[in-house]
Amino acid sequence: MSTNKTVRMSANDVRVFYGDKEAIKGVSVDIMENEVIAFIGPSGCGKSTFLRCLNRMNDTIEGCRVEGEITLDGNNIYDSRMDPVLLRARVGMVFQRPNPFPKSIYENVAYGPRIHGLASSKRDLDEIVEVSLSKAGLWDEVKDRLMEPGTGLSGGQQQRLCIARTIAVSPEVILMDEPCSALDPIATATVEELIEELSSQFSIAIVTHSMQQAARVSNRTAYFHLGKLIEVGDTDEVFTKPKNELTEAYITGRFG
Amino acid sequence: MPIGRLSSAEVEARVVRSLKKRHIKEKAFRAVGLSGVVTGLVLVLILFTSILSRGLPAFWQATFELDVYFNPEIIRIDPRPTQTSGESSGDFRERELAWLTQVNMVNWNRLLEDSVIAAAPEAAAMARRDVRRLITSGERFQLREMVAENPSIIGETRRLRLLADANVDVWLRGNIDRSLPDAQQQLSRATRDLADKLFEEGIIKIRFSQALFMNPDSRSSLASAGLAGAFVGSLFMMLIVMFLAVPVGVASAIYLEEFAPKNKLTDLIEVNINNLAAVPSIVFGLLGAAIFINTFNLPMSTPIVGGLVLSLMTLPTVIIATRSALKAVPPSIRQAALGVGASRVQTVFGHVLPLAIPGILTGAILGVAQALGETAPLLLIGMNAFVTNIASTPFEQSAALPVQIYLWQGNELRNFFEARTSAAIIVLLALMISLNAFAIWLRKKFERRW
Repeated sequence: MSTNKTVRMSANDVRVFYGDKEAIKGVSVDIMENEVIAFIGPSGCGKSTFLRCLNRMNDTIEGCRVEGEITLDGNNIYDSRMDPVLLRARVGMVFQRPNPFPKSIYENVAYGPRIHGLASSKRDLDEIVEVSLSKAGLWDEVKDRLMEPGTGLSGGQQQRLCIARTIAVSPEVILMDEPCSALDPIATATVEELIEELSSQFSIAIVTHSMQQAARVSNRTAYFHLGKLIEVGDTDEVFTKPKNELTEAYITGRFG
Repeated sequence: MPIGRLSSAEVEARVVRSLKKRHIKEKAFRAVGLSGVVTGLVLVLILFTSILSRGLPAFWQATFELDVYFNPEIIRIDPRPTQTSGESSGDFRERELAWLTQVNMVNWNRLLEDSVIAAAPEAAAMARRDVRRLITSGERFQLREMVAENPSIIGETRRLRLLADANVDVWLRGNIDRSLPDAQQQLSRATRDLADKLFEEGIIKIRFSQALFMNPDSRSSLASAGLAGAFVGSLFMMLIVMFLAVPVGVASAIYLEEFAPKNKLTDLIEVNINNLAAVPSIVFGLLGAAIFINTFNLPMSTPIVGGLVLSLMTLPTVIIATRSALKAVPPSIRQAALGVGASRVQTVFGHVLPLAIPGILTGAILGVAQALGETAPLLLIGMNAFVTNIASTPFEQSAALPVQIYLWQGNELRNFFEARTSAAIIVLLALMISLNAFAIWLRKKFERRW
């Protein structure tokens, strides 16, 4: 189902070095429009590192070097003319642990649109906040307490607030780094449903250590092993008919 | 199921055997810790009681309440000159100065002696010198100022509060052994007897000492020596440190922590800042004398130089405190801001700094408090000079509180200045405690959870 879609982001022979250590060894993968692609693999395989290359969050890590080419709509994001601030506005990110700002729920969502100047009036901003919270499935739960601190919400609500904060900037791609690993099963189910709904408007790349989650939410799955991309394909095929032995060993639970 | 060669019962027995030793170790550690805390508390308690019990009495001192008759026969001066039409202001100023000289020449001591005699007629038979010694010598200038300001009071009687001489204060409050022979007493027998009588009659009373807070230091009139000059000097220096060391220190720390690339140069800078924090403060005094006084020709003994030297000394403390406060902000906050496309500056000033503010403020205020109590560097830039002036700008010569304590501690009239020294310590400590309390209040005010 992803075959006839356009390519949003494309990675070509990406290598990442931490000092002398090569953490990603030549990964090439495309992210299509309106798809959910899951990055799976055992701990330390580089899936999170790769995800963080896609919005240049690795820039903030001392001694981290990225080689190869990653494009967003055909433009190389590691080009010197690409401003990481603009990139991160177009490629949003949701982190492993919910990390709302220690500010009100409203301010959390309004922050991005405000710094980018996306709202021309207070009413505009209110609307962006409401739409974002609604899309994140949080509006009904928080509409009466928008001025209360975002840190006072439950873990699942906080993570959905972080998603609302990310989509408020209208990104094209959303990166999710194990977004449910700090959540209980019920909150996880809510967030997974949300991911499915969001995929109609955004391209989503999600790193997960749960194969069931990958199977539930993603259209395509990429399997990473020791810094290499072993296999990428439609989720159904990767899970039922893996082409590579390593992939098969991992999804059948022989290691991981 | 037992693992290894021991049976379950043997395992239990071994654990039980080792338990006793472990409990003893824990108890010993607790005892050492507790005794450390208790020793500390006891020492602090001793310090405070000794300073308070010695210093508090100095907040009161022997004071006369006398009717002073501004006797026109003693104050024989011309009427105060007024500017006539056609007279240049230079000429008028000259006439005015001549008149002030005349006022200066009046024997103001006689007025004071006469007032004492009026209150205690038997003093008329005493030597004038013995009577005069009752009132501290600086008080005659109070009379002079009154007349210079308002010559119409000549011929009138005014009830005035006048400080008794320091030796009278010492005598009346039993700070000198009263049984010592005359030769070892500071005051003549006649003076002592008269002081006792005036004290009994309530003409001399132990009153709250305004002089301590309102006057600058004095050596000719010891009873009027006060802290005002030192207090103002320290205040100026504190302000300079606050407005120089704190912003510069916080800004450098933010740059080093959040923006500077991590390389050999920044490593070197970091090592040097840590070393500077450990440099003995007297070295900063030498540096200040060489740079600010010799090179920049700033005036000696002034709060501006003192403030600059103390700023240099405080800078590393502020930088280190700010950096650790910034380090303590969870990285998830930085990631969150960067993740929605905030720039480096927006991340730091919008999210990281607000969370680090309590720590930064605490560090900054502790640094300022440390600077406030510093004595050694001030000695090297001439702030131990005897200054009888209350500075009105930081460029005037001034005393400083810790140095004033040091100077009073060395004063030869021990019986009087021992209490004055402790009183100065109380004022300094009060200033520091209020600074620290302010730091705690700020911390509480800005503290947020995340």
